[in-house]
Amino acid sequence: MVAVLPSTGSTSGVVGQRKSRTGYFLLLPGMTWLAIFFAIPFVTLFLTSLQAPVAGQSGQYVPAFQISNYSDALVEYWPQFLRSFVYAGIATGLALLIAYPLAYFIAFKAGRWRALMLVLVIAPSFASFLLRTYAWKTILADEGFITSFFNYLHLLPDDRILNTGIAVIAGLTYNFLPFMILPLYAALEKIDPRLLEASNDLYASAFTTFRKVTWPLSLPGVVAGTLLTFIPATGDYINSELLGSTQDRMIGNVIQTNFIEFRDYPTASALSFVLMASILVLVFTYIRRAGTEDLV
Amino acid sequence: MVHDRERNVEDLHLSNLTKMFGDVAAVDDLTLTIPAGSFFALLGASGCGKTTTLRMVAGLEDPTSGRISIGESDITSLRAFQRPVNTVFQSYALFPHLDIFENVAFGLRRRGIKNVEPAVNAMLELVELAPMARRKPTQLSGGQQQRVAVARALINEPDVLLLDEPLGALDLKLRRQMQIELKRIQTEVGTTFVHVTHDQEEAMTMADTIAVMNAGRIEQLGDPASIYELPKTVFVANFLGQSNLFAGTRIASDSNMIEVLANGIKFLVPVQRNSATGDEIIVGIRPEKMTVLDIPDREKIPTGNNILEGTVVDVSYAGVSTQYLITVPWGQNITVFEQNVIVGDRSSVGDRVLVHWAPEHTFGLAGGETLLATTVQAMAAGA
Repeated sequence: MVAVLPSTGSTSGVVGQRKSRTGYFLLLPGMTWLAIFFAIPFVTLFLTSLQAPVAGQSGQYVPAFQISNYSDALVEYWPQFLRSFVYAGIATGLALLIAYPLAYFIAFKAGRWRALMLVLVIAPSFASFLLRTYAWKTILADEGFITSFFNYLHLLPDDRILNTGIAVIAGLTYNFLPFMILPLYAALEKIDPRLLEASNDLYASAFTTFRKVTWPLSLPGVVAGTLLTFIPATGDYINSELLGSTQDRMIGNVIQTNFIEFRDYPTASALSFVLMASILVLVFTYIRRAGTEDLV
Repeated sequence: MVHDRERNVEDLHLSNLTKMFGDVAAVDDLTLTIPAGSFFALLGASGCGKTTTLRMVAGLEDPTSGRISIGESDITSLRAFQRPVNTVFQSYALFPHLDIFENVAFGLRRRGIKNVEPAVNAMLELVELAPMARRKPTQLSGGQQQRVAVARALINEPDVLLLDEPLGALDLKLRRQMQIELKRIQTEVGTTFVHVTHDQEEAMTMADTIAVMNAGRIEQLGDPASIYELPKTVFVANFLGQSNLFAGTRIASDSNMIEVLANGIKFLVPVQRNSATGDEIIVGIRPEKMTVLDIPDREKIPTGNNILEGTVVDVSYAGVSTQYLITVPWGQNITVFEQNVIVGDRSSVGDRVLVHWAPEHTFGLAGGETLLATTVQAMAAGA
């Protein structure tokens, strides 16, 4: 705030002006970046999504207002849409189940190993995303020990993992796990251990303490982690491309194929917009339900 | 009232309680009975084991050995959530995601009590926070949060309420106010309060009984006045208030008085106020029991009084009293407090003065200890 001293109005006015200008200067680089790399492409993409094809010339489009691009795209590709949300949802759920106990351990029990464990969580990111996903091809290969093990137990419907939905979900879970662990850790680490003692002192067993104190206090981390996992997982195409079959294509693959192979830019753009809109709707509903609008 | 039902409170017993952290005994073979319904203070410097003792009673720390029981029932092996004991934590540990009402209701709900509303409202009434019921803890001031912490613990009608430095985070004025408040609540509900503090003034104002702890052991136990008037160890003499101590040797004694020679000067110590068993005796006197006189007024001193001669090196005026620092012939500085009841001249720096006091105020401590058994004296006085 301005006007620290009860000085004359004019002085504090000048200070106030200078302050507000400083604020704009601070915003400038970010705003410029957003304008060039988000706002302009966003508008271009939207205009592209309404373009109409030039008859007889594949890959050529003219500006138009063809809303049917949207309905056509949805009618044709709704299964991939649905699959994207289902796969991303399952992967997010699995990531939460794996990440929560791990983040809990790092935050409360790891002691002097805490820093090392956090480094280990991030360490895989030093290798490229693509490379790691290729590695999973080997891990889940038909003759690999994981597939053999599950086959030995007769647990696999198709006798394989690679090129099935299971492989895609496994890949998504693995690739986005750090984005789940880190916000969870940050939220759990902030919890004062004395609150857990207080709960214990007030007749709550360890389990009740988790349910009534730890879990609610970690909700901001849960919300942040699930969003950071779910959103990129929904739009991801690498995992499906490398680990799945043509039966397991997600919406990211469809958009990519339409852009690069079919050169059907309007359909690809329309699909991108629908994806963006549906994620936004889902996220807002989710944040509402989680009741943590003020925490995110 | 919440607590109108007939309460059958029982004494809290600690028997041979020991807690080791590695090789260090934080609590060392502690045996103590805290009478039902009393306001009991565990007083000591940080690291003396008072908080560890409290945490063992709460069940938040497992004793290495020993036994804790309430009345006849042994609670040593019960988990924290199974004990009929509740704690007011240092810095309160209120649940930030729950409002005041739910914070206070927490313990009742965990025990499956359905209709918590009347009890919670009555409790909020008791701590004068009824209008705040729907606020979150962060929206309350320190003093209000403190009262929520008390309410949250007390509503469960524990056999023993444990308070871990409950007023440490409050400023001086609020602390005084809360001391009175806590005392009122304790009288009203009649629960046993065990209060851990490093603030000797707080302990003396509030507690019926004080246990002065040092290095995992209890140095002295008693009501505030008797501990203050008659400390039994050098540590207590220095930690609880201030003392002037002179190491000496017994040269004569009768059934009434012991004559001790210290630094070439003879002091009289009443036999009943001497806790030394041998002939090495430390003579102690509280600063406010002493009187400062000008040298020519020597004949005004009652016969039999202990007398010292010295030079004033510092005078500080503290409102209700004036504090003198006086160097005595063997170089030791002694402290004397003089009530500001007389108008007019005070001794000033450089004056040669006489200091005297009645032998009845003198106490004798076992010799052989260093006279500075506590270095935290200044810290405690400043706290």
